[in-house]
Amino acid sequence: MNTSLKNESLQTEITNISRRNLLKGFALTGFVLAVGMPFSGFAEDEEAPKYGRDAMPHGWVDNPLIFVAIAEDGSVTIVSHRSEMGQGVRTSLPMVVADELEADWEKVKVIQAPGDEERYGNQDTDGSRSVRHFFMPMRNVGAAARMMLEAAAAAHWGVGVDEVFAENHQIKHRPSGKVLGYGELAKAAAALDVPERETLRLKNPDQFRYIGKQSTKLIDGEDIVTGKAIYGIDVQVDGMVHAVIARPPVYGGKVKSFDDSEALKVPGVIKVVLLKGSPPPAVFNPLGGVAVIAENTWAAMQGREKLKIEWDHGENASYNTDEYRQKMLEAASSSGGKVLRSSGDVAKALETADKTYKADYYIPHLSQAPMEPPVATARIQNGKCEVWAPTQAPQASKDTVAKWLEMSPEDVTIHVTLLGGGFGRKSKPDYLVEAALLSRAMQGRAVQVTWSREDDIHNGYLHTVSIEHLEAAVNADGKATAWLHRTVAPSISSTFDASSVHQMPIELGMGVMNIPFAIDNVQIENPEAKAHTRIGWFRSVANIPRAFAIQSFIAEMAHDLDRDHKAFLLELIGPARKINPVELNDEWNYGESPEKYPLDTGRLRRVVEAVCEKANWGRDLPAGRGLGLATHYSFVSYTAAIVEVEVSEDGELTIPRMDIAVDCGPQVNPERIRSQMEGACIMGVSLATVGEISFKDGAVEQDNFDSYQVTRMNESPREIHVHLLPADDFNTPLGGVGEPGLPPIAPAICNAIFAATGKRIRNLPIRYQLES
Amino acid sequence: MKLSVNGESHEVNLPEDMPILWTLRDVLGMTGTKFGCGKALCGACTVMLDGQPIRSCSTPISAAQGKQITTVEAVSKDKVGQAIQQAWVELGVPQCGYCQSGQVVSATALLRDNPNPSDADIDNAMSGNICRCGTYNRIRDAIKLAATNNGGAQ
Repeated sequence: MNTSLKNESLQTEITNISRRNLLKGFALTGFVLAVGMPFSGFAEDEEAPKYGRDAMPHGWVDNPLIFVAIAEDGSVTIVSHRSEMGQGVRTSLPMVVADELEADWEKVKVIQAPGDEERYGNQDTDGSRSVRHFFMPMRNVGAAARMMLEAAAAAHWGVGVDEVFAENHQIKHRPSGKVLGYGELAKAAAALDVPERETLRLKNPDQFRYIGKQSTKLIDGEDIVTGKAIYGIDVQVDGMVHAVIARPPVYGGKVKSFDDSEALKVPGVIKVVLLKGSPPPAVFNPLGGVAVIAENTWAAMQGREKLKIEWDHGENASYNTDEYRQKMLEAASSSGGKVLRSSGDVAKALETADKTYKADYYIPHLSQAPMEPPVATARIQNGKCEVWAPTQAPQASKDTVAKWLEMSPEDVTIHVTLLGGGFGRKSKPDYLVEAALLSRAMQGRAVQVTWSREDDIHNGYLHTVSIEHLEAAVNADGKATAWLHRTVAPSISSTFDASSVHQMPIELGMGVMNIPFAIDNVQIENPEAKAHTRIGWFRSVANIPRAFAIQSFIAEMAHDLDRDHKAFLLELIGPARKINPVELNDEWNYGESPEKYPLDTGRLRRVVEAVCEKANWGRDLPAGRGLGLATHYSFVSYTAAIVEVEVSEDGELTIPRMDIAVDCGPQVNPERIRSQMEGACIMGVSLATVGEISFKDGAVEQDNFDSYQVTRMNESPREIHVHLLPADDFNTPLGGVGEPGLPPIAPAICNAIFAATGKRIRNLPIRYQLES
Repeated sequence: MKLSVNGESHEVNLPEDMPILWTLRDVLGMTGTKFGCGKALCGACTVMLDGQPIRSCSTPISAAQGKQITTVEAVSKDKVGQAIQQAWVELGVPQCGYCQSGQVVSATALLRDNPNPSDADIDNAMSGNICRCGTYNRIRDAIKLAATNNGGAQ
């Protein structure tokens, strides 16, 4: 750790951060606690397997000199190194720092870190990991800064440090009642050594001011409602011009020829640029195409309409999702796929059973469709490139832009703006590369590339398309004796290796391998599936089809056996026990230690029981209404949902009420956990009822929110009740929050529809299937 | 052509079919109004034209001649708009926040017109505004809170 710090350099550094980020209101009048070299918290033992934050690229950093600045006016500036996309991380993690620091939240400002993982630790904002991985490092940051302020005050008064304590932005001398404000102490504190991690005095949870409380105001709330918040699309750089790109409609396609003469006649159009295509695998590469650069976005769009382009569509031009679904069904209908887990003898158990069940469940491709489409602004000056963008992956952005510009990553700066939604789409920096390439084509002038909604829907990194084939057997007592699951879906790995036809551990660990059911004979298979479009991650990823299939299938079995769904589900889950995921052949376990994060069926039972109690499972309902239940374990959190639906005689679906119970371990910012669960409920309604991307002749058939529909206010659940189940204490491992709410929603809706109408939905979206 | 935005007059030399949205954002540098779809399908671009909510992505500047454009940046100048913004903050409505400019403008227009809206009124006024994060229930609650604070609903 660096202990010889120069105030001048700090000031420059922090000022640079604030200026570079273009986020308003960060001008510091003084400096800080300081800025030093990062010290990372990697585990000492290089041989031991790494899990959680230790296993992430560039690990984690808990140096207060990197994350906290205190100005002489007492204002505290905290760096958010994770991207804000609606999950509330710019509030939740700085709030943890502020709490341990005993800072007054009203005096806290948050600035966004540029992409620089060596400095800040991992910044890859996905996988429901930000609070889970950085709760402890951020507590350390706050505690260390607080102890430095205490030491500075003790030195100032010439008293022992044990006589002073921090309270609400002041250090107090207990015996004399003397008080010094944080601003008065900042300079002296900055000159002190950062305390060793082992010596940090963390708060007891009963001393928490913000953590676990409901009241912390959103740091960006007022800027958002007044239109001042700066998203990627709002970045304005001197001399900036605007671009849109006509991209190949088919994955792997390229421009054969083009005529830009009419486009160039559109008033405001400056230039047309051919961008080279990238053959599969897609990785994070731009798709190529023809870019129109203009004085404003609208002129660029008008110019693009006038382009005449002949495409070479390449080998994916025959991709039709209707046909592909039949192929997947065939693959799912026979054995011979890769066997991933096998215990007992499933074939024999199915053959000799008293009763067997078999069903296929289909979920189409989905587009994340964040309200802010992909957008990026780039400028190249003096051999250095700056990009401003809403990105979930600041470091991958830096590395990918550098690669495409053939620059050193040190010469590329990624300024992370607010994200107008991400949901996984903005983990792929293809659109940042486009901006950088176009800036280069404009001799370094700033270029903003905006994707239209049609671009976003036509050229995404889609949620995969899938068939989940399930078979089960029960004995004469109605107990399940066999479970066969064949999962068929193009894998995300195809985006990185075009020859890949099998799913990878992170997908298999999402509710296929790690089913916790107490059944003797289990077999899990993964037949081949080739990708014909860019497959990416969509909030909750492969958990969506697995929860839909498994939770629907269990309800189907319970109904056939004339069992109460809840009772049958709990029987399948079996008694409370902690299962080591390694025993289930789940190598991934969301990147977490199998010992620290076992699959705890007691917690799964608890969310089921809690949601049933809160939603009054089994309550009487008028005709046409029904209740549906589903549960799922994902991102090391446990959720269960009950949905009440009403289906009118002509098949119109409404949702009067949803209940969702979540056990995500300790709740750092319960208010944002609630909002994430509410949002997951509505996104679940969206994908269950209307979400579908289909392909014809290799191209996406939907264009905009008219054909790719998402749920609107009048279609959303009238009431959503979120039930947060408390953890024992703050030493319990944290679970994910952003994604786990989504998987149980679609099956709970479909189970409710069955209860209301007797109609079983196995293919999503529901759309017109309820019309008689 | 003259455009009146939030009480200020701007002289612009632009094609008359250019949408208000891109004029605000790329010419006048007012970025509070957002682009979401370009086809009047999502409401992110909602502004008021003489007090009525319109989708600025699909309304040409020629349609704004002699009329007043009010954007999210000026909503707080209005008592109802202030009540809406305060309720949004108090109930923690925004998640990513991108659609909220349009939501705030639509809600302000609703409440100015109808100080005590029913659930059906709220559905009618707000269903053109998509929120992909799923903040609809809090939006509904915030409109009701603003109505109460503004002396409308009881």
